[in-house]
Amino acid sequence: MRVLGIETSCDETGVAIYDSEQGLLADALYSQVKLHAEYGGVVPELASRDHVRKLLPMIESVLKQADLTTGHIDGIAYTSGPGLIGALMVGACFGRSLAYAWGKPAIGVHHMEGHLLAPMLEDNPPEFPFVALLVSGGHTQLVQVEAIGQYRLLGESLDDAAGEAFDKAAKMLDLDYPGGPHIARLAESGTSGRFTFPRPMVDRPGLDFSFSGLKTFTLNTVAAHALDDGLPDDQTCADIAHAFQEAVVQTLAIKCRRALSETGYKTLVIAGGVSANIRLRDVLVKELARVGGSVFYARHQFCTDNGAMIAYAGCQRLLAGQQDKLAVNVKPRWPMDTLSPLL
Amino acid sequence: MGADIHTSTLTVTRYLEGEPATIELGQRMSRAITKVFSESDASLGVVIYLQGDLGAGKTTFSRGLLTGFGHHGAVKSPTYTLVEPYEQLSPRVYHFDLYRLADPEELEFMGIRDYFEGQSVCLMEWPSRGEGFLPPADIMIDISVKAPGRSALLTALNSKGEGILTSFLS
Repeated sequence: MRVLGIETSCDETGVAIYDSEQGLLADALYSQVKLHAEYGGVVPELASRDHVRKLLPMIESVLKQADLTTGHIDGIAYTSGPGLIGALMVGACFGRSLAYAWGKPAIGVHHMEGHLLAPMLEDNPPEFPFVALLVSGGHTQLVQVEAIGQYRLLGESLDDAAGEAFDKAAKMLDLDYPGGPHIARLAESGTSGRFTFPRPMVDRPGLDFSFSGLKTFTLNTVAAHALDDGLPDDQTCADIAHAFQEAVVQTLAIKCRRALSETGYKTLVIAGGVSANIRLRDVLVKELARVGGSVFYARHQFCTDNGAMIAYAGCQRLLAGQQDKLAVNVKPRWPMDTLSPLL
Repeated sequence: MGADIHTSTLTVTRYLEGEPATIELGQRMSRAITKVFSESDASLGVVIYLQGDLGAGKTTFSRGLLTGFGHHGAVKSPTYTLVEPYEQLSPRVYHFDLYRLADPEELEFMGIRDYFEGQSVCLMEWPSRGEGFLPPADIMIDISVKAPGRSALLTALNSKGEGILTSFLS
């Protein structure tokens, strides 16, 4: 089965074609990050209008990439939540209508299920069951995954998401958005041990996270070392970035280890934008190797939002005979454990 | 959403030595609002502007306010979603964060006016990003860093706000 996947939940437009026999055939991504950087933030309505403009040419482009025509597509998958409602509506209306016009089945996909299954697109995919750490700008969750659609939320952030903490710490250090890659780059020249940031909630039982307090700690540290221009010297900024990243990474690692030990699973999947963080990957790989576990993650471009993961997840559900009715439904808030299993 | 020409002199300053004090401030504010709602036939909501730099303690204050209204569980940051609704609470609470909003007019597209109908509490972080499209606040809360803790300045901006702050002080 060949599925066209459409992702428009936030500020990236992603389109891809996945074939259940041949794997990923084509993938295209348009990012509005630059556009939004000009405005200094996300502009939801502008994002929606941009999705409208980009979708059709991108679909034509992936068909061309894969050397296919519209008749070769067997089904359409689109992100139906969670996300910004206007942005979701564009992809869902477009995907649902196109499937109707082509006389093919359509299915709405949960954005985080897409992320969680993204490592399945790699040559060495993980096997079920596993624990998934979903870390991005909007989410920080640990999920027990028995199979596709069988999810149990083990823990989540009680306030800010890890990616958001990176974005805000970056802002305090006068770095650009998105903050993750900038903090990581600056952290490379940071001195280990000069600052020690708290590891939030690691001393408490359970698998929930809290990253809001790290903002406060970062602000206090920046303020305590600020020079006349409001920022510390370059080396101190690097040391702060280093300590901040270490605190986030170690906190995530401690909770992942705890989740594996609670479930008895040996496999960890990390997904979402923050899973692209090299330090996080290194720490998790090393720590899990010690206890005979292994870590799986998607290639860099599939850690952030993309159409390939939606095409993959939608394909699995369409193959299982699931499909959406003609009505277009989007869910800006959509708990993962309400998803249906693949039966 | 006309301009509010009321000039208030009622302000309250509180030193917050740490996170528990910020939580307590939020909880106390929720009790004051509940009291005012119960004593008047207020059909209109309360709008609170919450200001302060990144890391000043706005999230912590919000958690205090929400737990004060009886909320249990996570108080997710609305930074990426713009608004997190708590519609199971009485009064309903809408927690806004306009930090990522680039153009105030965007608020019209997300149906901002609907949130201010009926007896609700709208807590708005980064209200300056929504200037021109937000209703005037009843209360303004400014949290600033005052090492080693924080300083909170509460200002009533109209008679409803004065009622709440009076109840807060009683």
